[in-house]
Amino acid sequence: MPTRSGQLSVAGHLSVTGLCRRFGEVVALDEVSLDIAPGELLTILGPSGSGKTTLLKVVAGFEKPDAGRVSVDGQDITAMPPARRDIGMVFQNYALFPHLTVAGNVAFPLEMRNVGRAEVARRVGETLALVELAGYGERLPRQLSGGQQQRVALARAIVFNPRLLLLDEPFGALDRKLRETMQLEVRRLQKRLGLTTIFITHDQEEALVLSDRIAVMNRGAIQQVAGTMEIYERPANDFVADFVGESNIFHGTLTEPGIVTLSSGRRLLVNRDGKVGDRLGVLMRPERFADKGANGFAAEVVEAVYLGASLKLRLACEDGLELVVRQPARGKLPVAGQRLEVGIDADAIHVF
Amino acid sequence: MKTPGIFPAVPALVLLFAFFLFPVVRMLGYSVDAGSFEWYAKALGEGLYLGVFWNTFQIALLVTLICLLLGYPVGFLIATTTPGWAVLGFIFVLLPLWTSVLVRTYAWMVLLGRNGVFNRWLIDSGIISDPLPLLHNVTGVLIGMVHVLLPYMVLPIYGAVRRLDPALVAAAEGLGASDWRIFWRIYLPLTANGIFAGSVLVFVLSLGFFITPALLGGGRVIMIAVLIEQEVRQTLNWPFAAALSAVLLAATLAVYALAQRFTQSEART
Repeated sequence: MPTRSGQLSVAGHLSVTGLCRRFGEVVALDEVSLDIAPGELLTILGPSGSGKTTLLKVVAGFEKPDAGRVSVDGQDITAMPPARRDIGMVFQNYALFPHLTVAGNVAFPLEMRNVGRAEVARRVGETLALVELAGYGERLPRQLSGGQQQRVALARAIVFNPRLLLLDEPFGALDRKLRETMQLEVRRLQKRLGLTTIFITHDQEEALVLSDRIAVMNRGAIQQVAGTMEIYERPANDFVADFVGESNIFHGTLTEPGIVTLSSGRRLLVNRDGKVGDRLGVLMRPERFADKGANGFAAEVVEAVYLGASLKLRLACEDGLELVVRQPARGKLPVAGQRLEVGIDADAIHVF
Repeated sequence: MKTPGIFPAVPALVLLFAFFLFPVVRMLGYSVDAGSFEWYAKALGEGLYLGVFWNTFQIALLVTLICLLLGYPVGFLIATTTPGWAVLGFIFVLLPLWTSVLVRTYAWMVLLGRNGVFNRWLIDSGIISDPLPLLHNVTGVLIGMVHVLLPYMVLPIYGAVRRLDPALVAAAEGLGASDWRIFWRIYLPLTANGIFAGSVLVFVLSLGFFITPALLGGGRVIMIAVLIEQEVRQTLNWPFAAALSAVLLAATLAVYALAQRFTQSEART
């Protein structure tokens, strides 16, 4: 295999089509198709058991699909063993080789490609500098902190200029501060190297921070693939709306153009035309509420939680509707039992 | 929790003292009969007896090596196969362990003799014309000892392979390693402690082996334990037997201490 020299990868177009995988009764992948552009970072977001890890394993070659195809830059790699795929992967617990030094770990993929010694030393040095671990080469993985170990795992996954980079929930073991730093660092590095990257997580906040696009998975099927803003503002269905961010989701019927009537009888003004009689979902994000709006809700405070920057209120409306509302924390805090009014404009409501 | 202290261990300690420590001390007493070290001088000075020690070491080393070569694949297989096959594998490995060494050794005599099952089969099928010398020589002793000691190699290796994180293997594979390289670069170094533990166990057990070399060696392969038995039962020279035993004990402890030191320096790095 020709080793590509230290240039940035320009290719790396991944395409999976019609992937299916069952484990007995469990459908892990149900007709999954995805296209990832060169240099793009796509996050696969889903709860545990949604099939996201199976998808990653199929792309990496550790799992064979029952049906479907995986190809990179037009080359079908569905049947190719993992060792020949040229895909860099960061495992959940890093999977660093405990008996090899940091430099030994990073050199490993180069040695497997029979790269010459001087070239190995040069590229290991370069890559360790890139992840800000210059000078740590002779240490053993267990002598490093969690964040440092993760950098080693990242260095090992990119040192051989892979066609793709796969990240399997790599930040799970880090504390919150470190996680945020590492997220931004990974993102910067990925952009700089132009690496096509698939990132797996169940953490929607992380997905929003990192991604170009997000694919939301549930029960082995992709629910929606879209940009981060689109996913949050205009989710395709209940599952996406509920899984990404906090939400107030209701169902109703379009009784006349621009009006959705909920089962409680409440009429909501929305920006949606369509066939009268359509069953529709309505999403109102908690932070989109104001004191007043085209739709007003008179409610009683059930619970008020002070969160520092904001205030989270659980409200019970007179018609039995329950709302979660976020307000900037200022002035006097409402108390449980207090009556107040909130409103939301028609264009702040997403109808699906 | 309050530790219960020494009391629960007292019965076992009494047993150990009365039936192990005391006899060992008595034996050491015999060996320095009348305050002289002449029996040690004989054991370590005469070429004949040094030869037996050397022989014993060589056989123990060979047994260890053969056990390792045969046992690693077995331990590896049992550790990496599906649970059902693993149970079957365990039965095959452990069943011999639960059978008497004497029975197994007699069985080998039936199999390996000049008119034994193997030789007759080989001659009947025309592969050889004269029976192979499989019994009453080193070959026979090696076969018998390897058979008895193999589980002691397989089990530690099984344990070491089981402890290895499968993600490391997947990582190596994903980074471009062939199966062969995964074995040399990942499995072998990371199961070295199992290999080492199994080897020390088999080697130390081999040093003091008696029944198998006595029966399968047929008096022509003299290992140290066989020699000691002859001194005790035939020549009735107990002080010399005690001196030989003490040397064997010292050699065994030395191997054990060396192994201990080696594993500790391993753990430190």
